[in-house]
Amino acid sequence: MAFPYNDKVLEHFRNPRNVGRLEDADGKATEGSPACGDMVSVNIKVDPATHKITDIKFESYGCASNIATGSIITEMAKGKTLEEAKKITWKEASEELGGLPAIKVHCSVLAVEGLRAAIQNYEEKHGLVTNRVDTTEDVVLKRLKKVMNPLKGLDMVATNLVKEIEVKDGVVRLVIDMPEDHQFSAAIKEEVREKIEPLWDVKKVQIGFTE
Amino acid sequence: MADKNYYMDNAAATRLDEAVLEAMTPYFFECYSVATSEFGYSLGLEAKAAMEQARGSLAKQLGASPDEFIFTSGSTESSNLALKGVAKALGNKKGRHIIVSKIEDFPVLHSAKTLEKQGFKVDYLDVDADGLISTDQLKGLLGPETILVSVQHANQEIGTIQNIEEIGAICRQQGALFHTDATHTFKRVPINVQKMPADLITVSAHTIHGPKGIGGLYVRKGTPIAKIMDGGFHEFDLRAGMENIPGAVGFAKAAELVTDEENNRLRDMRDTIIASVLKSIPNVTLNGHPKNRTPQNANITFHHVEGESITLHLDLYGISVSTGSACFSRSLEGSHVISAIGGDHERVHGSLRFTLGRYNTMEETAFVVETLESIVKQLRIISPLGKS
Repeated sequence: MAFPYNDKVLEHFRNPRNVGRLEDADGKATEGSPACGDMVSVNIKVDPATHKITDIKFESYGCASNIATGSIITEMAKGKTLEEAKKITWKEASEELGGLPAIKVHCSVLAVEGLRAAIQNYEEKHGLVTNRVDTTEDVVLKRLKKVMNPLKGLDMVATNLVKEIEVKDGVVRLVIDMPEDHQFSAAIKEEVREKIEPLWDVKKVQIGFTE
Repeated sequence: MADKNYYMDNAAATRLDEAVLEAMTPYFFECYSVATSEFGYSLGLEAKAAMEQARGSLAKQLGASPDEFIFTSGSTESSNLALKGVAKALGNKKGRHIIVSKIEDFPVLHSAKTLEKQGFKVDYLDVDADGLISTDQLKGLLGPETILVSVQHANQEIGTIQNIEEIGAICRQQGALFHTDATHTFKRVPINVQKMPADLITVSAHTIHGPKGIGGLYVRKGTPIAKIMDGGFHEFDLRAGMENIPGAVGFAKAAELVTDEENNRLRDMRDTIIASVLKSIPNVTLNGHPKNRTPQNANITFHHVEGESITLHLDLYGISVSTGSACFSRSLEGSHVISAIGGDHERVHGSLRFTLGRYNTMEETAFVVETLESIVKQLRIISPLGKS
């Protein structure tokens, strides 16, 4: 079997760019946790007049693809306006790296989330945020698009893993279309929890499987 | 890719010893027939003789008699046969209760889960911070319905050696059969069935520089067990299938080649790795029992960094080790063993396992520790954890 990472990924993994923190960061965020095995912190400096990202640093606790994506995303975001940087997708980051192994795509999502969260943090601090929205089935579905199906390297919505979603009185009930004893069921369950539980009006997340 | 290999994943697989290959070769090219019955042709009789000689030799290494040693395709099959075979033989007669430890390797753990689905009641024994089970908990769980207890001899990840003599004696007293997975102790830690009250023991060639695809199950005379794979009447009608004669011969040879001297050498290297890592790298935790561990195993957590990124860096230097990190595993789940000894997520994901073998040298251990020191330092600079 060939080595799973290409040269560009390895290069960013060995020599990550823009590592560290910014003393006087205008926006900062940390996504993930040691629980999921991956964690990314992003610090940004923003020009208040142009809303351009003038400096960006990241820190990563995670595997090679997490470190490499963190590195590439800082390069991609630097010099962009907040609006432009917000639109960078995990797919673009992954493509910029020349591709990642399917099973590792979820690690690249986290770095993109880190960047977006840092931007959101800046916007919140500067009164640029619109009001919070109520959690609906659509909001949940949108979040689930960030949970990867490790078998395919695509998100769990696109790969039809989401069988049912119900949001009622702050309880989110989900049925995932896979057997409970599937190789990846525990990993997916944990990631779904991490994406849905932080929603401001969600009290409980119930996850079931079709078999 | 690096020029030289520093292979320290010998618990997963080992380099074959040339002498083993040499012993096996005639059974591929000269005496290649099946082992026939005593009324077969000469070539088959010769093959049969080789097989029985290998069986006798391996049985002797365990203090057993030849008809108590069943050849299998490896430790996965041996443990499947032990658990499912006993369940099949006793499930409708004596009872449907089984006890296993939480830190068993997957062949035992997943066999137990399968039996659970079939209606057996399975209890999972906790382990303490060093990885040892509690005999009091075991005594509390044993009952008249208990048909089998399976507790490994030593752990696959952290190397902790269980007090098998005591565990076996408790099971015997209660009338439950006792299986132990000795994949990581056979020939590395003394095993003698005359003293060890085990009814079933899983062993394998792949951990002792023997060939892959051959293992064995010791079955004490009179142990109720049924075969789980249908076919011919091979291996005392307990394991159907074409005999792997070159494998059996290679397994016996591999077992004969392991010496006490070699085990002492591995122990020295292991102690050197542990001592120098603890001395030169801050914020590390030794996983597993500090003294009662297999001579070939060192397992250490490097806090604030993730195992897969360490192993990838090490790999670029030609160093092969494994990690309990979720990223490394096929299921994206972290080590169940480090979790069971009370390790939090960070301790699981940052754990590295070094397992030594015949071809490792003391010089290699120095290079590995030195390389590790700089990699961990580098990754800690990148990490958001462990900083104020």
